[in-house]
Amino acid sequence: MQAKGTVFRYGDNVDTDVIIPARYLNTSNHKELASHCMEDIDQNFIKQVKEGDIMVADKNFGCGSSREHAPIAIKESGISCVIARTFARIFYRNSINIGLPILECPEACDGIKAGDVVSVDFTTGKITNETTGAVYQSEPFPEFMQNLIEAGGLAGYIAKGGK
Amino acid sequence: MGMTMSQKILAHHANLESVRAGQLIMADLDMVLGNDITAPVAINEFGKFGKETVFDKDKVALVPDHFSPNKDIKAAEQCKAVRCFANDHDITNYFDVGQMGIEHALLPEKGLVGAGDLVIGADSHTCTYGALGAFSTGVGSTDMACGMATGQAWFKVPSAIKFNLTGSFSKHVSGKDLILHIIGMIGVDGALYQSMEFVGPGVKNLTIDDRFTIANMAIEAGAKNGIFPVDEVALEYMKEHYKKEPRIYEADSDAVYDRVIDIDLSKVKSTISFPHLPSNTRTIDEIGEGEVKIDQVVIGSCTNGHISDLRQAAAILKGKKIAKHVRALIFPATQEIWKQAMHEGLFDIFVDSGCAVSTPTCGPCLGGHMGILAEGERAVSTTNRNFVGRMGHVKSEVYLASPAVAAASAVAGYIADPAKVMEG
Repeated sequence: MQAKGTVFRYGDNVDTDVIIPARYLNTSNHKELASHCMEDIDQNFIKQVKEGDIMVADKNFGCGSSREHAPIAIKESGISCVIARTFARIFYRNSINIGLPILECPEACDGIKAGDVVSVDFTTGKITNETTGAVYQSEPFPEFMQNLIEAGGLAGYIAKGGK
Repeated sequence: MGMTMSQKILAHHANLESVRAGQLIMADLDMVLGNDITAPVAINEFGKFGKETVFDKDKVALVPDHFSPNKDIKAAEQCKAVRCFANDHDITNYFDVGQMGIEHALLPEKGLVGAGDLVIGADSHTCTYGALGAFSTGVGSTDMACGMATGQAWFKVPSAIKFNLTGSFSKHVSGKDLILHIIGMIGVDGALYQSMEFVGPGVKNLTIDDRFTIANMAIEAGAKNGIFPVDEVALEYMKEHYKKEPRIYEADSDAVYDRVIDIDLSKVKSTISFPHLPSNTRTIDEIGEGEVKIDQVVIGSCTNGHISDLRQAAAILKGKKIAKHVRALIFPATQEIWKQAMHEGLFDIFVDSGCAVSTPTCGPCLGGHMGILAEGERAVSTTNRNFVGRMGHVKSEVYLASPAVAAASAVAGYIADPAKVMEG
């Protein structure tokens, strides 16, 4: 399982209210949620993001509310992976549960800038900055988690018999 | 090695003698909660499991409180989805408008959560019930769906920070000031993945409403849960409300904590979180007179919509008028609190001073409805988050404060010290 794309770079404490403002939570339609993703801190994000792109941020990404709409909006926007120094705990759990791959890797966050092209191998945990050539090591995804993500999340994984 | 209070509750619910920090466990749930934002997503996921019904219709609580009374057609559709699910599955604890209160004030009041319980809720402020000695934590909609289907959830056992409290609050200082003071000290990720365990001789001086407020905002420090020991104050509350027998757990004397923080409650001052993080705190004496002019005051929410919060606000507002350019909105957290406030004459005080009193709703706290801010407007609010755009326009600002500071600020028209407003 791999991902490759151009990086959108954010800072500390990106909260769920800026990932998807509550004023749009009167729907759970994935496409509609994605159309407002990050708009309160980066109006260009949704105009520029392409399928497969990667989000990189600093500490405590996804802090705040428990809204699963936040990782759903990111995933639906086309983002293939989020890399951060640390994640807020509910966001971490929600991302895995809906099948959005996320990785904690402070070294990668030190060395990756906006616009860099980055590839991620989830089996080995290897993160490569294709722009600079630097390689970083994060925790590989165990097989069940790769299967869970390929099933589109926990519900799909359970429906398939958890295999 | 001894266990913390949180670890003991988790061990019991996982049918294990003991657990240690970092261990992954599967545990039985006493209550699974959702609201009109999170439950529709959970209901959709639940449909994928092929399960006929929920694990226990008495152990699921559905409270449409965020965008209700329905703010628009889309919100009405979301609430309808929750109502239909509750009907189809004969959910005992479904509370529609008229019975509805803000979920984290409502569940304790209805006696659905109490000491020793393990509770998950698809709302980050589910950690509130730690005030009663429960292990309760926020999760997302998929976890809620799995919880409704199986009655279980997996947990990574947290380590803990111990807060050793001594003394008692000075006048006009309350639980909100303490938790803002703590978040200012340790940061919005200062307790990431950890439990916040509040102990010490100062605990007995905290009202149950203080404790609800403190546990409620544990998430704003990144914590998994916040929890208080079960003492006379908690038992008295549960005697009146809780439907089951409290199960009392105490931390072992040799429990290991990542960090111990001592706090003398008498030294805590009125504390305000400036935009745009709850950790961006200043004490009232660090804010200049008239420095932060305001347009709106919100008193209420799951954090500060309890009866004692309303009493503190009323004590400041009694016989005074709010400033001409300020809108002040009061949100009692539940129908019972609303009724009690009315009987106590608090509504007369609020309305005479120029405040508007609303039916319970989460509305303004998350910028949903009932008090949205325009560009450049500022609110002092007793709610729990002041992120960018939280209460409306992306260029509006929210200042988090106690009910006393919020009420004083409504009178002054700028962030003000309750003591000064009372003197003046």
